[in-house]
Amino acid sequence: MIKILKYSFFDLMRSRWSYVYFAFYLALGFVLLFLNNDVNKAVITLMNIIIVLTPLIGTIFGVMYYYNSKEFTELLLAQPIKRSTIFTGQYLGISISLTLSLILGLGIPFLLYGLFMSSAIFEFTLLLVVGMLLNFIFVALAFNIALSNENKIKGFGYAILMWLFLAVIYDGIFLISLVMFNEYPLDKFALFTTMLNPIDLSRILILLKLDISALLGYTGAVFKKFFGTDLGFFLSMIVMLLWVIFPVWRIRAKLKKKDF
Amino acid sequence: MIEITSLNKRFGKLTVLDGLDLTIDSGGIFAILGPNGSGKTTLIKSILGMVIPDKGEIKIEGNSVLRKWKYRNEINYLPQIANFPANLSVNELINMVKNLRPKQAFEKVLIERFDLAPFLDKKLGNLSGGTKQKVNLVLTFMFESNLIILDEPTTGLDPISLIQLKEIIHEEKDKGKTILITTHIMSFVEEIADEIVFLLDGEIYFKGSSNDLKQRTGQVDLEHAIAKLISKDL
Repeated sequence: MIKILKYSFFDLMRSRWSYVYFAFYLALGFVLLFLNNDVNKAVITLMNIIIVLTPLIGTIFGVMYYYNSKEFTELLLAQPIKRSTIFTGQYLGISISLTLSLILGLGIPFLLYGLFMSSAIFEFTLLLVVGMLLNFIFVALAFNIALSNENKIKGFGYAILMWLFLAVIYDGIFLISLVMFNEYPLDKFALFTTMLNPIDLSRILILLKLDISALLGYTGAVFKKFFGTDLGFFLSMIVMLLWVIFPVWRIRAKLKKKDF
Repeated sequence: MIEITSLNKRFGKLTVLDGLDLTIDSGGIFAILGPNGSGKTTLIKSILGMVIPDKGEIKIEGNSVLRKWKYRNEINYLPQIANFPANLSVNELINMVKNLRPKQAFEKVLIERFDLAPFLDKKLGNLSGGTKQKVNLVLTFMFESNLIILDEPTTGLDPISLIQLKEIIHEEKDKGKTILITTHIMSFVEEIADEIVFLLDGEIYFKGSSNDLKQRTGQVDLEHAIAKLISKDL
Protein backbone atom coordinates (compact mmCIF):
# COMPACT_ATOMS: atom_id res chain seq x y z
CA MET A 1 0.00 0.00 0.00
CA ILE A 2 2.85 2.34 0.79
CA LYS A 3 4.08 1.91 -2.79
CA ILE A 4 0.73 2.89 -4.28
CA LEU A 5 0.44 5.75 -1.82
CA LYS A 6 3.88 6.97 -2.80
CA TYR A 7 3.13 6.91 -6.51
CA SER A 8 -0.27 8.60 -6.22
CA PHE A 9 1.30 11.18 -3.97
CA PHE A 10 4.19 11.96 -6.33
CA ASP A 11 1.89 11.89 -9.32
CA LEU A 12 -0.28 14.55 -7.68
CA MET A 13 2.65 16.50 -6.32
CA ARG A 14 3.89 16.91 -9.85
CA SER A 15 0.57 18.04 -11.24
CA ARG A 16 0.04 21.74 -11.78
CA TRP A 17 -3.07 21.82 -9.62
CA SER A 18 -1.26 20.92 -6.43
CA TYR A 19 0.93 23.97 -6.95
CA VAL A 20 -2.01 26.21 -7.79
CA TYR A 21 -3.69 25.04 -4.60
CA PHE A 22 -0.53 25.53 -2.56
CA ALA A 23 0.07 28.98 -4.08
CA PHE A 24 -3.51 29.95 -3.37
CA TYR A 25 -3.18 29.17 0.33
CA LEU A 26 0.19 30.88 0.44
CA ALA A 27 -1.25 34.04 -1.10
CA LEU A 28 -4.33 33.82 1.11
CA GLY A 29 -2.20 33.54 4.23
CA PHE A 30 -0.08 36.55 3.34
CA VAL A 31 -3.00 38.71 2.24
CA LEU A 32 -5.04 37.94 5.36
CA LEU A 33 -2.15 38.69 7.67
CA PHE A 34 -1.36 41.88 5.78
CA LEU A 35 -4.96 43.09 5.86
CA ASN A 36 -5.83 42.06 9.41
CA ASN A 37 -2.44 42.77 10.87
CA ASP A 38 -3.35 40.40 13.64
CA VAL A 39 -2.97 36.64 13.81
CA ASN A 40 -6.14 36.14 15.86
CA LYS A 41 -8.37 37.95 13.41
CA ALA A 42 -6.71 36.29 10.44
CA VAL A 43 -7.54 32.91 11.97
CA ILE A 44 -11.25 33.75 12.05
CA THR A 45 -11.35 34.86 8.42
CA LEU A 46 -9.31 31.85 7.47
CA MET A 47 -11.75 29.56 9.21
CA ASN A 48 -14.61 30.79 7.04
CA ILE A 49 -12.60 30.09 3.93
CA ILE A 50 -11.12 26.75 4.97
CA ILE A 51 -14.41 25.31 6.07
CA VAL A 52 -16.00 25.84 2.68
CA LEU A 53 -12.98 25.52 0.43
CA THR A 54 -11.18 22.37 1.67
CA PRO A 55 -14.32 20.24 1.28
CA LEU A 56 -14.83 21.61 -2.24
CA ILE A 57 -11.23 21.01 -3.31
CA GLY A 58 -11.18 17.58 -1.64
CA THR A 59 -14.39 16.60 -3.44
CA ILE A 60 -13.21 17.81 -6.84
CA PHE A 61 -9.70 16.31 -6.53
CA GLY A 62 -11.12 13.00 -5.32
CA VAL A 63 -13.60 12.62 -8.16
CA MET A 64 -11.17 13.94 -10.77
CA TYR A 65 -8.37 11.64 -9.67
CA TYR A 66 -10.61 8.60 -9.67
CA TYR A 67 -11.93 9.16 -13.19
CA ASN A 68 -8.61 10.30 -14.64
CA SER A 69 -6.65 7.36 -13.34
CA LYS A 70 -9.26 4.77 -14.22
CA GLU A 71 -7.25 3.01 -16.92
CA PHE A 72 -4.14 3.11 -14.79
CA THR A 73 -6.07 1.64 -11.89
CA GLU A 74 -7.06 -1.19 -14.22
CA LEU A 75 -3.41 -1.80 -14.90
CA LEU A 76 -2.79 -1.99 -11.17
CA LEU A 77 -5.77 -4.30 -10.69
CA ALA A 78 -4.15 -6.83 -13.02
CA GLN A 79 -1.05 -6.92 -10.80
CA PRO A 80 -0.78 -9.16 -7.77
CA ILE A 81 -2.13 -6.53 -5.37
CA LYS A 82 -5.30 -6.57 -3.32
CA ARG A 83 -8.05 -4.24 -4.52
CA SER A 84 -8.48 -2.55 -1.19
CA THR A 85 -4.72 -1.89 -1.05
CA ILE A 86 -4.82 -0.05 -4.37
CA PHE A 87 -7.70 2.22 -3.45
CA THR A 88 -6.63 2.85 0.11
CA GLY A 89 -3.20 3.81 -1.23
CA GLN A 90 -4.68 6.19 -3.77
CA TYR A 91 -7.05 7.66 -1.21
CA LEU A 92 -4.25 8.35 1.25
CA GLY A 93 -2.07 9.71 -1.56
CA ILE A 94 -4.65 12.35 -2.51
CA SER A 95 -5.62 13.24 1.05
CA ILE A 96 -2.04 13.61 2.21
CA SER A 97 -0.94 15.70 -0.76
CA LEU A 98 -3.92 18.03 -0.30
CA THR A 99 -3.21 18.29 3.40
CA LEU A 100 0.40 19.09 2.68
CA SER A 101 -0.60 21.94 0.34
CA LEU A 102 -2.86 23.28 3.08
CA ILE A 103 -0.38 23.02 5.91
CA LEU A 104 2.58 24.40 3.98
CA GLY A 105 0.55 27.06 2.17
CA LEU A 106 -0.87 28.48 5.39
CA GLY A 107 1.94 27.50 7.70
CA ILE A 108 4.66 29.46 5.93
CA PRO A 109 3.04 32.92 6.08
CA PHE A 110 1.88 32.42 9.67
CA LEU A 111 5.28 31.21 10.79
CA LEU A 112 6.94 34.19 9.13
CA TYR A 113 4.49 36.48 10.85
CA GLY A 114 5.45 35.14 14.23
CA LEU A 115 2.85 32.53 15.01
CA PHE A 116 4.86 31.06 17.84
CA MET A 117 4.84 34.33 19.70
CA SER A 118 1.12 34.79 19.33
CA SER A 119 -1.61 33.42 21.53
CA ALA A 120 -3.45 32.07 18.51
CA ILE A 121 -1.16 29.10 18.06
CA PHE A 122 -3.66 26.66 19.50
CA GLU A 123 -6.52 27.99 17.38
CA PHE A 124 -4.33 27.93 14.30
CA THR A 125 -3.30 24.33 14.92
CA LEU A 126 -6.92 23.38 15.48
CA LEU A 127 -7.77 25.05 12.20
CA LEU A 128 -5.16 22.99 10.37
CA VAL A 129 -6.29 19.78 12.07
CA VAL A 130 -9.88 20.48 11.10
CA GLY A 131 -8.79 21.32 7.53
CA MET A 132 -6.91 18.06 7.39
CA LEU A 133 -9.88 16.06 8.65
CA LEU A 134 -12.14 17.78 6.13
CA ASN A 135 -9.72 16.77 3.36
CA PHE A 136 -9.79 13.14 4.46
CA ILE A 137 -13.58 13.18 4.84
CA PHE A 138 -14.40 14.74 1.51
CA VAL A 139 -11.89 12.79 -0.57
CA ALA A 140 -13.42 9.62 0.91
CA LEU A 141 -16.95 10.83 0.14
CA ALA A 142 -15.88 11.75 -3.39
CA PHE A 143 -14.37 8.29 -3.90
CA ASN A 144 -17.64 6.75 -2.74
CA ILE A 145 -19.59 8.74 -5.28
CA ALA A 146 -17.13 8.02 -8.08
CA LEU A 147 -17.12 4.28 -7.32
CA SER A 148 -20.90 4.17 -7.49
CA ASN A 149 -21.14 6.10 -10.76
CA GLU A 150 -19.59 4.82 -13.97
CA ASN A 151 -20.68 7.98 -15.73
CA LYS A 152 -18.15 10.75 -15.19
CA ILE A 153 -20.58 13.64 -15.63
CA LYS A 154 -23.08 12.11 -13.21
CA GLY A 155 -20.30 11.42 -10.70
CA PHE A 156 -19.10 15.02 -10.89
CA GLY A 157 -22.66 16.27 -10.58
CA TYR A 158 -23.45 14.23 -7.51
CA ALA A 159 -20.14 15.14 -5.88
CA ILE A 160 -20.73 18.88 -6.33
CA LEU A 161 -24.31 18.47 -5.11
CA MET A 162 -23.06 16.69 -2.02
CA TRP A 163 -20.67 19.52 -1.30
CA LEU A 164 -23.36 22.12 -1.93
CA PHE A 165 -25.74 20.28 0.36
CA LEU A 166 -23.32 19.95 3.25
CA ALA A 167 -21.77 23.40 2.87
CA VAL A 168 -24.84 25.51 2.11
CA ILE A 169 -28.22 23.79 1.91
CA TYR A 170 -27.90 21.87 5.19
CA ASP A 171 -27.49 25.13 7.08
CA GLY A 172 -30.54 26.54 5.37
CA ILE A 173 -32.71 23.60 6.33
CA PHE A 174 -31.26 23.73 9.82
CA LEU A 175 -32.15 27.41 10.23
CA ILE A 176 -35.63 27.01 8.78
CA SER A 177 -36.36 24.12 11.13
CA LEU A 178 -35.12 26.18 14.08
CA VAL A 179 -37.42 29.04 13.13
CA MET A 180 -40.41 26.81 12.47
CA PHE A 181 -40.11 24.86 15.68
CA ASN A 182 -38.90 27.67 17.89
CA GLU A 183 -41.60 26.97 20.47
CA TYR A 184 -39.95 23.71 21.31
CA PRO A 185 -36.72 23.22 23.20
CA LEU A 186 -34.35 22.67 20.34
CA ASP A 187 -30.88 22.76 21.83
CA LYS A 188 -30.51 18.97 21.92
CA PHE A 189 -31.84 18.75 18.37
CA ALA A 190 -29.50 21.52 17.22
CA LEU A 191 -26.56 19.85 18.85
CA PHE A 192 -27.40 16.53 17.24
CA THR A 193 -27.93 17.88 13.73
CA THR A 194 -24.70 19.83 13.94
CA MET A 195 -22.88 16.62 14.68
CA LEU A 196 -24.29 15.07 11.51
CA ASN A 197 -22.61 17.55 9.18
CA PRO A 198 -18.80 17.63 9.22
CA ILE A 199 -18.68 21.19 7.90
CA ASP A 200 -21.02 22.53 10.59
CA LEU A 201 -19.22 20.55 13.21
CA SER A 202 -15.86 22.01 12.20
CA ARG A 203 -17.25 25.53 12.18
CA ILE A 204 -18.76 25.25 15.65
CA LEU A 205 -15.66 23.57 16.98
CA ILE A 206 -13.43 26.42 15.89
CA LEU A 207 -15.86 29.22 16.77
CA LEU A 208 -16.13 27.93 20.30
CA LYS A 209 -12.40 27.68 20.68
CA LEU A 210 -12.10 31.24 19.42
CA ASP A 211 -14.33 32.34 22.30
CA ILE A 212 -16.79 34.30 20.24
CA SER A 213 -19.66 31.98 21.00
CA ALA A 214 -21.56 34.85 22.59
CA LEU A 215 -22.51 35.72 19.03
CA LEU A 216 -24.45 32.51 18.86
CA GLY A 217 -26.95 33.47 21.57
CA TYR A 218 -28.76 30.91 23.69
CA THR A 219 -27.98 27.96 21.46
CA GLY A 220 -24.40 29.15 21.54
CA ALA A 221 -24.44 28.86 25.29
CA VAL A 222 -25.75 25.33 25.09
CA PHE A 223 -23.09 24.53 22.52
CA LYS A 224 -20.45 26.14 24.62
CA LYS A 225 -21.52 24.05 27.55
CA PHE A 226 -21.17 20.96 25.41
CA PHE A 227 -18.24 21.64 23.09
CA GLY A 228 -16.33 23.82 25.51
CA THR A 229 -15.67 20.97 27.86
CA ASP A 230 -13.01 18.40 27.21
CA LEU A 231 -15.69 15.78 26.77
CA GLY A 232 -17.50 17.84 24.12
CA PHE A 233 -14.29 18.50 22.25
CA PHE A 234 -13.32 14.86 22.48
CA LEU A 235 -16.76 13.71 21.27
CA SER A 236 -16.70 16.07 18.29
CA MET A 237 -13.28 14.85 17.28
CA ILE A 238 -14.57 11.28 17.47
CA VAL A 239 -17.53 12.18 15.27
CA MET A 240 -15.13 13.79 12.77
CA LEU A 241 -13.04 10.63 12.77
CA LEU A 242 -16.20 8.56 12.25
CA TRP A 243 -16.85 10.74 9.24
CA VAL A 244 -13.53 9.52 7.88
CA ILE A 245 -13.89 5.90 8.94
CA PHE A 246 -17.40 5.27 7.69
CA PRO A 247 -16.84 6.42 4.06
CA VAL A 248 -13.49 4.57 3.93
CA TRP A 249 -15.21 1.45 5.20
CA ARG A 250 -17.89 1.83 2.52
CA ILE A 251 -15.23 2.23 -0.18
CA ARG A 252 -13.74 -1.08 0.88
CA ALA A 253 -17.13 -2.79 1.03
CA LYS A 254 -18.11 -1.44 -2.37
CA LEU A 255 -14.84 -2.66 -3.89
CA LYS A 256 -15.62 -6.27 -3.07
CA LYS A 257 -18.50 -6.26 -5.53
CA LYS A 258 -17.28 -3.80 -8.12
CA ASP A 259 -16.47 -4.73 -11.74
CA PHE A 260 -13.71 -2.90 -13.57
CA MET B 1 -4.53 -25.20 -17.39
CA ILE B 2 -7.54 -22.94 -17.03
CA GLU B 3 -10.90 -24.50 -16.24
CA ILE B 4 -13.99 -22.34 -16.38
CA THR B 5 -17.32 -23.86 -15.41
CA SER B 6 -20.80 -22.38 -15.86
CA LEU B 7 -19.67 -18.80 -15.65
CA ASN B 8 -22.46 -16.24 -15.45
CA LYS B 9 -22.22 -12.47 -15.56
CA ARG B 10 -24.92 -9.86 -15.97
CA PHE B 11 -24.53 -6.12 -16.20
CA GLY B 12 -27.93 -4.84 -15.20
CA LYS B 13 -30.39 -6.43 -17.60
CA LEU B 14 -27.73 -7.47 -20.07
CA THR B 15 -26.49 -11.05 -19.73
CA VAL B 16 -22.93 -11.04 -21.01
CA LEU B 17 -21.75 -14.51 -19.99
CA ASP B 18 -24.40 -17.19 -19.87
CA GLY B 19 -23.20 -20.45 -18.34
CA LEU B 20 -19.88 -20.41 -20.15
CA ASP B 21 -17.74 -23.55 -19.95
CA LEU B 22 -14.19 -23.50 -21.25
CA THR B 23 -11.04 -25.49 -20.71
CA ILE B 24 -7.75 -24.16 -21.96
CA ASP B 25 -4.81 -26.52 -21.84
CA SER B 26 -1.35 -25.31 -20.97
CA GLY B 27 0.91 -24.20 -23.79
CA GLY B 28 -0.12 -22.64 -27.09
CA ILE B 29 -1.76 -19.56 -28.52
CA PHE B 30 -5.51 -19.24 -28.16
CA ALA B 31 -7.43 -16.55 -30.03
CA ILE B 32 -10.63 -15.50 -28.32
CA LEU B 33 -12.93 -14.15 -31.00
CA GLY B 34 -16.47 -12.92 -31.16
CA PRO B 35 -18.55 -9.95 -32.32
CA ASN B 36 -18.47 -6.69 -30.39
CA GLY B 37 -20.08 -7.08 -27.01
CA SER B 38 -19.90 -10.87 -27.05
CA GLY B 39 -18.15 -10.98 -23.69
CA LYS B 40 -14.49 -11.44 -24.68
CA THR B 41 -13.19 -8.73 -22.41
CA THR B 42 -15.59 -9.75 -19.62
CA LEU B 43 -14.25 -13.31 -19.85
CA ILE B 44 -10.64 -12.13 -19.68
CA LYS B 45 -11.37 -9.74 -16.85
CA SER B 46 -13.12 -12.52 -14.93
CA ILE B 47 -9.97 -14.63 -15.18
CA LEU B 48 -7.99 -11.66 -13.90
CA GLY B 49 -10.43 -11.00 -11.06
CA MET B 50 -11.32 -7.53 -12.31
CA VAL B 51 -14.89 -8.54 -13.05
CA ILE B 52 -16.62 -10.55 -10.37
CA PRO B 53 -18.83 -13.28 -11.87
CA ASP B 54 -22.34 -13.83 -10.53
CA LYS B 55 -22.01 -17.59 -10.73
CA GLY B 56 -19.49 -20.18 -11.77
CA GLU B 57 -15.96 -21.21 -11.05
CA ILE B 58 -12.56 -20.38 -12.50
CA LYS B 59 -9.59 -22.58 -11.71
CA ILE B 60 -6.01 -22.07 -12.78
CA GLU B 61 -3.77 -25.10 -12.34
CA GLY B 62 -6.49 -26.67 -10.22
CA ASN B 63 -6.88 -23.79 -7.75
CA SER B 64 -9.91 -21.54 -7.60
CA VAL B 65 -8.93 -17.92 -8.29
CA LEU B 66 -12.18 -16.14 -7.46
CA ARG B 67 -11.66 -13.39 -4.85
CA LYS B 68 -7.95 -14.16 -4.64
CA TRP B 69 -5.10 -11.92 -5.75
CA LYS B 70 -1.74 -13.60 -5.32
CA TYR B 71 -2.26 -15.81 -8.37
CA ARG B 72 -2.00 -12.70 -10.57
CA ASN B 73 1.77 -12.83 -10.11
CA GLU B 74 1.68 -15.69 -12.61
CA ILE B 75 -0.29 -13.71 -15.23
CA ASN B 76 0.93 -11.05 -17.65
CA TYR B 77 -1.93 -8.89 -18.88
CA LEU B 78 -2.01 -6.35 -21.68
CA PRO B 79 -5.02 -4.07 -21.23
CA GLN B 80 -7.00 -2.84 -24.20
CA ILE B 81 -6.53 0.89 -23.78
CA ALA B 82 -3.14 2.05 -22.62
CA ASN B 83 -3.72 5.20 -20.65
CA PHE B 84 -1.08 5.91 -18.06
CA PRO B 85 -0.66 8.72 -15.53
CA ALA B 86 0.36 11.71 -17.64
CA ASN B 87 2.83 13.02 -15.09
CA LEU B 88 5.03 9.94 -14.92
CA SER B 89 7.91 9.25 -17.32
CA VAL B 90 8.23 5.93 -19.15
CA ASN B 91 11.13 4.92 -16.95
CA GLU B 92 9.27 5.74 -13.75
CA LEU B 93 6.27 3.71 -14.88
CA ILE B 94 8.40 0.69 -15.72
CA ASN B 95 10.17 0.93 -12.38
CA MET B 96 6.87 1.28 -10.60
CA VAL B 97 5.41 -1.88 -12.12
CA LYS B 98 8.69 -3.68 -11.41
CA ASN B 99 8.44 -2.49 -7.86
CA LEU B 100 4.91 -3.84 -7.50
CA ARG B 101 5.73 -7.37 -8.56
CA PRO B 102 7.92 -9.68 -6.55
CA LYS B 103 9.56 -10.99 -9.70
CA GLN B 104 12.60 -10.40 -11.84
CA ALA B 105 11.98 -8.16 -14.85
CA PHE B 106 13.72 -8.24 -18.21
CA GLU B 107 12.76 -4.87 -19.63
CA LYS B 108 16.06 -3.88 -21.29
CA VAL B 109 15.77 -6.34 -24.20
CA LEU B 110 12.21 -5.25 -24.86
CA ILE B 111 13.03 -1.55 -24.77
CA GLU B 112 15.66 -2.22 -27.41
CA ARG B 113 13.33 -4.32 -29.53
CA PHE B 114 10.65 -1.66 -29.58
CA ASP B 115 13.13 1.21 -29.96
CA LEU B 116 11.86 2.92 -26.84
CA ALA B 117 15.20 4.21 -25.57
CA PRO B 118 14.67 7.81 -26.82
CA PHE B 119 11.33 7.97 -24.98
CA LEU B 120 12.43 6.70 -21.57
CA ASP B 121 12.57 10.11 -19.94
CA LYS B 122 9.52 11.52 -21.72
CA LYS B 123 6.28 12.04 -19.86
CA LEU B 124 3.65 9.46 -20.72
CA GLY B 125 1.13 12.19 -21.46
CA ASN B 126 3.25 13.38 -24.40
CA LEU B 127 3.53 10.00 -26.15
CA SER B 128 1.61 9.01 -29.26
CA GLY B 129 -0.94 6.18 -29.13
CA GLY B 130 1.40 3.70 -30.81
CA THR B 131 4.31 4.50 -28.51
CA LYS B 132 2.03 4.10 -25.48
CA GLN B 133 1.03 0.71 -26.79
CA LYS B 134 4.72 -0.24 -27.07
CA VAL B 135 5.25 0.79 -23.45
CA ASN B 136 2.19 -1.29 -22.62
CA LEU B 137 3.80 -4.27 -24.38
CA VAL B 138 7.07 -3.82 -22.51
CA LEU B 139 5.17 -3.80 -19.21
CA THR B 140 3.38 -6.98 -20.21
CA PHE B 141 6.27 -9.04 -21.52
CA MET B 142 9.01 -8.01 -19.10
CA PHE B 143 8.01 -10.69 -16.59
CA GLU B 144 8.19 -14.44 -17.00
CA SER B 145 4.71 -15.84 -16.36
CA ASN B 146 2.99 -18.99 -17.47
CA LEU B 147 -0.18 -17.26 -18.58
CA ILE B 148 -0.14 -14.26 -20.91
CA ILE B 149 -3.37 -12.43 -21.74
CA LEU B 150 -3.38 -9.88 -24.55
CA ASP B 151 -6.45 -7.72 -25.17
CA GLU B 152 -6.19 -6.21 -28.67
CA PRO B 153 -2.39 -6.19 -28.74
CA THR B 154 -2.05 -4.81 -32.29
CA THR B 155 -3.82 -1.49 -31.68
CA GLY B 156 -1.82 1.43 -33.07
CA LEU B 157 1.34 -0.53 -33.81
CA ASP B 158 3.45 0.18 -36.92
CA PRO B 159 4.50 -2.76 -39.16
CA ILE B 160 7.96 -3.08 -37.61
CA SER B 161 6.60 -3.29 -34.08
CA LEU B 162 3.92 -5.69 -35.26
CA ILE B 163 6.60 -8.05 -36.57
CA GLN B 164 8.42 -7.74 -33.24
CA LEU B 165 5.21 -8.51 -31.38
CA LYS B 166 4.59 -11.64 -33.44
CA GLU B 167 8.15 -12.78 -32.83
CA ILE B 168 7.83 -12.24 -29.10
CA ILE B 169 4.54 -14.15 -29.01
CA HIS B 170 6.15 -17.06 -30.83
CA GLU B 171 9.14 -17.05 -28.50
CA GLU B 172 6.84 -17.15 -25.49
CA LYS B 173 4.93 -20.03 -27.02
CA ASP B 174 8.17 -21.94 -27.58
CA LYS B 175 8.89 -21.54 -23.88
CA GLY B 176 5.66 -23.43 -23.24
CA LYS B 177 3.54 -20.44 -22.17
CA THR B 178 -0.22 -20.23 -22.55
CA ILE B 179 -1.22 -17.12 -24.49
CA LEU B 180 -4.77 -15.79 -24.79
CA ILE B 181 -5.36 -13.12 -27.40
CA THR B 182 -8.45 -11.14 -28.35
CA THR B 183 -8.39 -9.29 -31.63
CA HIS B 184 -10.52 -8.35 -34.60
CA ILE B 185 -7.72 -8.71 -37.12
CA MET B 186 -8.24 -12.08 -38.76
CA SER B 187 -4.95 -12.22 -40.64
CA PHE B 188 -3.21 -11.88 -37.29
CA VAL B 189 -5.26 -14.75 -35.89
CA GLU B 190 -4.60 -16.95 -38.89
CA GLU B 191 -0.89 -16.30 -38.63
CA ILE B 192 -0.34 -17.01 -34.98
CA ALA B 193 -3.25 -18.79 -33.29
CA ASP B 194 -3.13 -22.52 -32.63
CA GLU B 195 -6.73 -22.61 -31.60
CA ILE B 196 -9.75 -20.37 -31.95
CA VAL B 197 -12.32 -19.91 -29.20
CA PHE B 198 -15.41 -18.25 -30.59
CA LEU B 199 -17.80 -16.53 -28.23
CA LEU B 200 -21.39 -15.74 -29.12
CA ASP B 201 -24.31 -14.82 -26.86
CA GLY B 202 -22.22 -15.43 -23.77
CA GLU B 203 -21.34 -19.03 -24.61
CA ILE B 204 -18.55 -20.83 -26.43
CA TYR B 205 -19.93 -21.29 -29.90
CA PHE B 206 -16.88 -22.88 -31.46
CA LYS B 207 -13.52 -24.16 -30.28
CA GLY B 208 -10.93 -25.62 -32.63
CA SER B 209 -8.27 -24.78 -35.17
CA SER B 210 -8.78 -22.29 -37.98
CA ASN B 211 -8.84 -25.13 -40.51
CA ASP B 212 -11.64 -26.84 -38.60
CA LEU B 213 -13.56 -23.61 -38.65
CA LYS B 214 -13.12 -23.12 -42.40
CA GLN B 215 -14.22 -26.70 -43.05
CA ARG B 216 -17.23 -26.42 -40.82
CA THR B 217 -18.42 -23.20 -42.42
CA GLY B 218 -17.35 -24.15 -45.94
CA GLN B 219 -15.42 -20.94 -46.44
CA VAL B 220 -11.93 -20.45 -47.85
CA ASP B 221 -10.78 -17.62 -45.63
CA LEU B 222 -11.11 -17.01 -41.92
CA GLU B 223 -12.78 -13.62 -42.22
CA HIS B 224 -15.76 -15.08 -44.08
CA ALA B 225 -15.84 -18.14 -41.86
CA ILE B 226 -16.17 -15.90 -38.80
CA ALA B 227 -18.77 -13.73 -40.52
CA LYS B 228 -20.74 -16.86 -41.24
CA LEU B 229 -20.48 -17.96 -37.61
CA ILE B 230 -21.73 -14.60 -36.42
CA SER B 231 -24.73 -14.66 -38.75
CA LYS B 232 -25.49 -18.12 -37.28
CA ASP B 233 -26.59 -19.65 -40.60
CA LEU B 234 -24.85 -22.94 -40.08
